[in-house]
Amino acid sequence: MIKGLVGFRNWITWVISAIIILNTSLAACNDRLKEPEHNPTHKKETKFNPKKFLFDHISDAHEWHILTYKNKHISLYLPVILISRNKGLIVFSSRKFHHGQSLYSYKGYKYKLELEGENKEKIVEFSENGTSSIPFDISITKNIVALFFSIILITWIFISAAKLYRKNRRKPPRGLQSLLEPIIIFVRDDIAKQSIGEKNYERFTPYLLTVFFFIWINNMLGIIPIPPGGANLTGNIAVTGVLALFTLLVTNLSGNKNYWRDIFNTPGVPIWLKIPPLMPLIELFGIFTKPIVLMIRLFANITAGHLITLGFLSLIFVFGEKNPAAGFVFSPLSILFLLFMMFLELLVAFIQAFVFTFLSALYIGFAVEEHH
Amino acid sequence: MLTQFILLAEGLGALAPAFGAAFSALAAAFGIGRIGAAAVEAIARQPEAAGDIRTNMIISAALIEGVSLFAVVVCLITMG
Repeated sequence: MIKGLVGFRNWITWVISAIIILNTSLAACNDRLKEPEHNPTHKKETKFNPKKFLFDHISDAHEWHILTYKNKHISLYLPVILISRNKGLIVFSSRKFHHGQSLYSYKGYKYKLELEGENKEKIVEFSENGTSSIPFDISITKNIVALFFSIILITWIFISAAKLYRKNRRKPPRGLQSLLEPIIIFVRDDIAKQSIGEKNYERFTPYLLTVFFFIWINNMLGIIPIPPGGANLTGNIAVTGVLALFTLLVTNLSGNKNYWRDIFNTPGVPIWLKIPPLMPLIELFGIFTKPIVLMIRLFANITAGHLITLGFLSLIFVFGEKNPAAGFVFSPLSILFLLFMMFLELLVAFIQAFVFTFLSALYIGFAVEEHH
Repeated sequence: MLTQFILLAEGLGALAPAFGAAFSALAAAFGIGRIGAAAVEAIARQPEAAGDIRTNMIISAALIEGVSLFAVVVCLITMG
């Protein structure tokens, strides 16, 4: 009897989940059917679009949007720098775009920031006879401003700490010194010495320290919601790609004879596997997959963290749009989740910096290891 | 009727990334749960090695999390 009931309950669960799934998918296709009827400009003003909100935050931009108050955008306008085939170097403020609503004309050419379509988020150049091209864009974007700020911050922190060290020689650490010393010693002893080995670790410690502090400080700046924090810098695949490229270069340029022998003439492998297309090819791919995985891990962790925190925030507006009361009821809960995620992000910021540095050190350790 | 079915299939397609994310979350939860269980057991057996065990636990958890986040990236790409 009880077994029958349990079976019945399971069956009901299945039916209910099936109904929910079908309902959601029907709702999705209904939305798709209705879409052309809406007036697109009208919709943009009134409806909160969580997906757009999330992706606008995690992607790079030509202006730094701070807040929207009564339909007025308050942003930092950043310079747009273009190298065009027709006009050469062009510099103007991104205020001219009016958030993508208008075109900037300059000596017969028009520049437009595309908001959707094939060239989304790119600046397109239109000449007078109607042909369009995409100029080479080296603008100072949101991420680049964040990068400059973090460079200044990091150099300031470390130069002032170094000055303190020079000033109080043979005295207990003070101020910034006492904050940085345990972390530097942690990176040196627990990361560099442990995975590279006693003999070679000193050569690579500066690189590992730089990578560690760059990632950690930028991860933490990314959590701060107001400028100059809040850009998704370490969640940008180009930035993590460059960091991973450095690890690739350091690993392979410092690789010794044993490292290359392990790749092209792997010991302990049957001779027929050593014929070029097999093991050497796999090992050669291994050189590149390791940094690629480093790149994607950091990018995905930080981007996912930003998406989740902002997702909790946008839940308030999603509920509030359906019913203002629901929005009010949900906001304390949402803020609680948000705070929890922020604390988790603080932990993730450290762990990801640690993992990136540790794995880099491990790869470098493989490259400089001496065989007995 | 047929158009209804086609629309239904299309709507179900919109759920695909959600299912992808759900499965990757399940797999990561399983993996990290096993790591946590093993690490706590190891610390209970040998409390003096707690520091080393914790470091290794964090590293392997981060590796598993990385794999599941690859899945999330794939889901985001299919969604966009």
